[in-house]
Amino acid sequence: MANFEKAKSLGDWMNQRLGLDTVMRVMAYEYWIPKNINFLWAMGMILAMMFGVMLVSGIFLLMYYKPDAALAFDSVNYTIMTEVGYGWLWRHVHGVAASVVFLVIYIHMFTGIYYGSYKKGREMIWITGMLLFVTFSAEAFSGYMLPWGQMSYWAGMVITNLFSFGSLELNGVVEWIRGDYVPGDAFILRFFMLHVLLLPLAIMALIGLHFGALRIPHVNNQDGEEIDFDEAAKLYKEGKKKESKVIPFHPVFLSKDVFVMGVFLIFFFYLVFYHYGFALDPVNFDPADGLKTPAHIYPEWYFLWSYEILRPFSKDIGLIAFGFAQVAFFLLPFLDKSPNAVPASRRGLFNIWFWVMLVDMIVLSVMGKLPPEGAWNVIGLLSALTFIGLWIALPIITKLEKKV
Amino acid sequence: MAVNENRRDFLGMALGGFTAVGGIISLGAMKASWDPLPSVKAAGFTTIDISGAKAGQLNVEKWRGKPIFVLKKTPDMKPHDRDIVIGKDRFHISIGLCTHLGCIPSYFPKKSEFICACHGGIFDVNGEVVKAPPPSPLVIPPFRLDGSKLVLGEEGDEYKKLKAAGLVA
Ligand code: HEM
Ligand code: FES
Repeated sequence: MANFEKAKSLGDWMNQRLGLDTVMRVMAYEYWIPKNINFLWAMGMILAMMFGVMLVSGIFLLMYYKPDAALAFDSVNYTIMTEVGYGWLWRHVHGVAASVVFLVIYIHMFTGIYYGSYKKGREMIWITGMLLFVTFSAEAFSGYMLPWGQMSYWAGMVITNLFSFGSLELNGVVEWIRGDYVPGDAFILRFFMLHVLLLPLAIMALIGLHFGALRIPHVNNQDGEEIDFDEAAKLYKEGKKKESKVIPFHPVFLSKDVFVMGVFLIFFFYLVFYHYGFALDPVNFDPADGLKTPAHIYPEWYFLWSYEILRPFSKDIGLIAFGFAQVAFFLLPFLDKSPNAVPASRRGLFNIWFWVMLVDMIVLSVMGKLPPEGAWNVIGLLSALTFIGLWIALPIITKLEKKV
Repeated sequence: MAVNENRRDFLGMALGGFTAVGGIISLGAMKASWDPLPSVKAAGFTTIDISGAKAGQLNVEKWRGKPIFVLKKTPDMKPHDRDIVIGKDRFHISIGLCTHLGCIPSYFPKKSEFICACHGGIFDVNGEVVKAPPPSPLVIPPFRLDGSKLVLGEEGDEYKKLKAAGLVA
């Protein structure tokens, strides 16, 4: 048996049993963070915090929501919004957070791309990050079904139809996913289960993995400098904090993160209280009706770019392009053949690739919202082709890149 | 000790084998739990009376939660192989969901076209595609004629003929 002594304090008592000192040392006091990073590196902790915000607001919504095709709409729009004390607050917090989380995810992703933080040992960070993106997308979609308005129903119809895989005509698969010929009771209940249990569990596990994947390679820095963490840590511990290139995660770095989180929360609650409208589609305030499609259906803004890659093509090609768009970013660490993990601004052609990709995804998002007519069709098609072309070009231009 | 290791390998493989079989069986159970319930399937038959339809005017019925287009054709609409003929009348009958991704196309009587707002697909009065992305015509649901009534969900002779000719979808 291990040797337990009479504890000197509660902390000591816990420490003898759980080894908290070791955990804290590895994960916080001696988890070294480079000094030369900027506010963009706070996005990850903002995401972690926002997941917490969604969990808490979700728990309160869960206490009055009814997952039933006949009752769901009123349980949200009547009970929660008008009867439950501060019910509107939970709903607006939850809805605005869902939207803003995607803005932060995109910033976080493009920060990673810009600084090359997906290679040289950071591949698993990138892959777990993309898995988080996919599960968050599924989480957002399943949540969108729950109020059972017109947009819920028709988005559910269109997205589940994707699983007939075009000319393969696998209508049985679509009916299996729905548990019915059209979205109905069975559909709403199983998406409810996914939204409140299975997907949040997967997200929590993935956040754990994502953090774990960061521990050994450490975070990148804004100069792409390869830091000798042992040496830098030694300097820091000797008290040469100025000379050392690193600071400990806790308490030093976290205090900076908390500052950025504070600024972000001001912006967030401003949206929650004064501009929540953008996160709640007006069409979804009509109850679901299987005999009437809304005049224009479009997904939430964060899915528009990939939706627009589906739209301009014929059904099968559209589906293939769409499928490709969903997985393309997973491949980034393997398609980028250059040895440089430095900011894009120092990488020649890749710098152009980065900015064209960013602008192209914004153009795709704008086109996805506009009705499929005339010039919009042409611009949509061109930007979808540009997106695909960029991925084909990536291995070639990065192969040509010289070591910096 | 080679003998013991073999014994351990055997136990490991036996355990793994049983676990795998159990796992596969439970996957089957999970799959079946997601299937449409028998009650949902049993509710899949609807009888509609189309004798009162006015030529050139679209009626929308409901079957399995899906909209069903019933359009009695006017004399100046050309006959088509997909027409369902009852007495002297010709009908276009189809599931009113776009074969692209399932929005309901709207009928425009002046143009005699169904236009889908979701991604801009267009069908003519026979349900044939005029403009992509929809890859195939509007689907004719399984039906059986019963006088001037239509039993949706059952495969009658007229439906079987259309199906054999490859005209239902
Ligand atoms: C949605 C939930 C997510 C959470 C909670 C999260 C959290 C974090 C945290 C706390 C960090 C460390 C601090 C920082 O660099 O910002 C980090 C780093 C990172 N994340 Fe995420 N992340 C999420 C999604 C993603 C996604 C979608 C991607 C992209 C595919 C991604 C890719 C990365 C990369 C490449 C790094 C390393 C940055 C560096 O080394 O400089 N993460 N993440
Ligand atoms: S669903 Fe009709 S065109 Fe896409």
